[in-house]
Amino acid sequence: MQPLQPGSPNQQVFSDTLLELAQRDRNVLVVTSDSRGSGRLVAFGKQLPAQVVEVGIAEQNLVGVAAGLASAGKRVFAVSPACFLTARGLEQIKNDVAYSDQPVKLVGISAGVSYGALGTTHHSLHDLAVLQAFNNIDIVIPADNFETRAAVEAAIDHPRPLYLRLGKKAMHHLHAPGTPFTIGKAIRVRRGDEVALMATGETVEIAVQSAELLAARGVSADVLSIHSLRPFDETEVLETARRVQAVVTVEEHSVHGGLGSRVATLLMQAGVTPALRIVGIPDEYTYTGSQQEIFAHYGITPDGLATTAEVLLEGRRVLTR
Amino acid sequence: MQIAELEHKSIQYRKTILSSIAQAGAGHTGGSLSCTDILNVLYNRVMRIDPHDPTWAERDRYIHSKGHSVEVLYAVLADKGFFPAEKLATMGRGGSHWVGHPTRKVPGIEQNTGALGHGLSVAVGMALAAKQDNRDYRVFTLMGDGELTEGSVWEASMSAAFYKLDNLVVIIDRNTLQITGRTENVMALEPLADRFTAFGYAVRTVDGNDIAALVDIFAQTPFEPGKPNLIIARTTKGKGVSFIEDAAEWHHHVPTATELERALAELDQAEQRWQERYATIATR
Repeated sequence: MQPLQPGSPNQQVFSDTLLELAQRDRNVLVVTSDSRGSGRLVAFGKQLPAQVVEVGIAEQNLVGVAAGLASAGKRVFAVSPACFLTARGLEQIKNDVAYSDQPVKLVGISAGVSYGALGTTHHSLHDLAVLQAFNNIDIVIPADNFETRAAVEAAIDHPRPLYLRLGKKAMHHLHAPGTPFTIGKAIRVRRGDEVALMATGETVEIAVQSAELLAARGVSADVLSIHSLRPFDETEVLETARRVQAVVTVEEHSVHGGLGSRVATLLMQAGVTPALRIVGIPDEYTYTGSQQEIFAHYGITPDGLATTAEVLLEGRRVLTR
Repeated sequence: MQIAELEHKSIQYRKTILSSIAQAGAGHTGGSLSCTDILNVLYNRVMRIDPHDPTWAERDRYIHSKGHSVEVLYAVLADKGFFPAEKLATMGRGGSHWVGHPTRKVPGIEQNTGALGHGLSVAVGMALAAKQDNRDYRVFTLMGDGELTEGSVWEASMSAAFYKLDNLVVIIDRNTLQITGRTENVMALEPLADRFTAFGYAVRTVDGNDIAALVDIFAQTPFEPGKPNLIIARTTKGKGVSFIEDAAEWHHHVPTATELERALAELDQAEQRWQERYATIATR
């Protein structure tokens, strides 16, 4: 297996792609809350100053203004750190965007524990849970640069409210160019038949590296990039879960209310019961450190996921002996 | 529409509001009656609208930020022909879109409101889009005075002034009452005009239950080029019915059958006086 090739931070790809699209359509706007730097939108602001709406550090107003602009026909990307956007601006997301059906694209940057040692104020480990509980907002979490570009291109014409969750770490390339991308359709990154690693966002590349470790240890692992939590690819998740012994879900989010919960409720209600482990950030005072250190602490590493998978598979073998 | 006809409309709207709230068994009586004259003047005299084309791109926009007072909005939109008046009888019924706060499922409603402090930001976005596109439509939003303690109102106000939105007209229904009592006792708002002026608005104060005064003040907008307009409309909560006026307990009290009868009788008398007054003028 070739080592994964290094790429750029997804946030950089987001802003590069958006700049290209905005140069062709003056109705494409970004609304920012003093977040141009973190959103890597400085170049966008210099090249297309008329297409940036700055509201200052005011996330409630950010979302409300974005809804008003969208209602007047603008293609609006409201960009703010995920921790503030989806907590401070939460009621505006619920009412002004989702309930009012204004097709705003909300972009949560530096999501999850991207901000690492800045601490819990700057982490968003709740956003997928709360937004999944709101009706009428699609949720997309790209894994790599390819998925990010494809997601932004798809978002432009998306007819419904959308939340795009991005991280700041430089990512590795996971997909061959030309891989089909559709919002709501999971992408298989590796095919395997003993254990499925179902991951989302920046944890997908760790799942891929883990699958390679598992292969070296004689275990065949499937890897799905579940880049959309809504619409959710129930068909692919069910079909995959039916042909493996174990499923490990991985996410940069609370273990409550995110990808793992979504997968678990689907499988339980469909009567599909592989061994299952939800890997994410547990319900505790979050370990301090960089994103990498936090991931390592909670077993979100190639080796940690491989060990989890092996433990689940071993449990199944004991049961069937 | 002329002043006399507008005055008559307000009496009719108040009857519709009270009857529909009584029929639905729920509603915000006091706040709907306090801003009836404001919505009347906006929809019948000031705004550029087409009830047969509610999403016409060049229409003026109205955001009912004090969303709990939805009954007045329903009464006016029905009268304008945005939807058949029979829909009012479905208010609050299972499966009806005519719920207790405005939604875009109802023709003519621009934005779902009801959580306070949201409408102004949305109005700012709409007004900013008009400026960017060099369109001449205007954006109106009505906030309750109790609503003004929401911090988001002041976030939005900063951006309205920063972007010089003189196509934005913000109206405050200053009836001085909120559900607990006097606004000044719950959380003081004064000096309100000074506060809004400091945030960059061109501020005017008007008697918000005086049709002629409202017509006059809206005609003066934009008050100052480059500044968002803010009108403090001094109103009486429950305006038009003696025993509902200026009483906090009528915030969302639903009139009983007897109270409705008394209220409608008072409004009948008001209509009688209106007819006599204009008959006198006409024969002069």
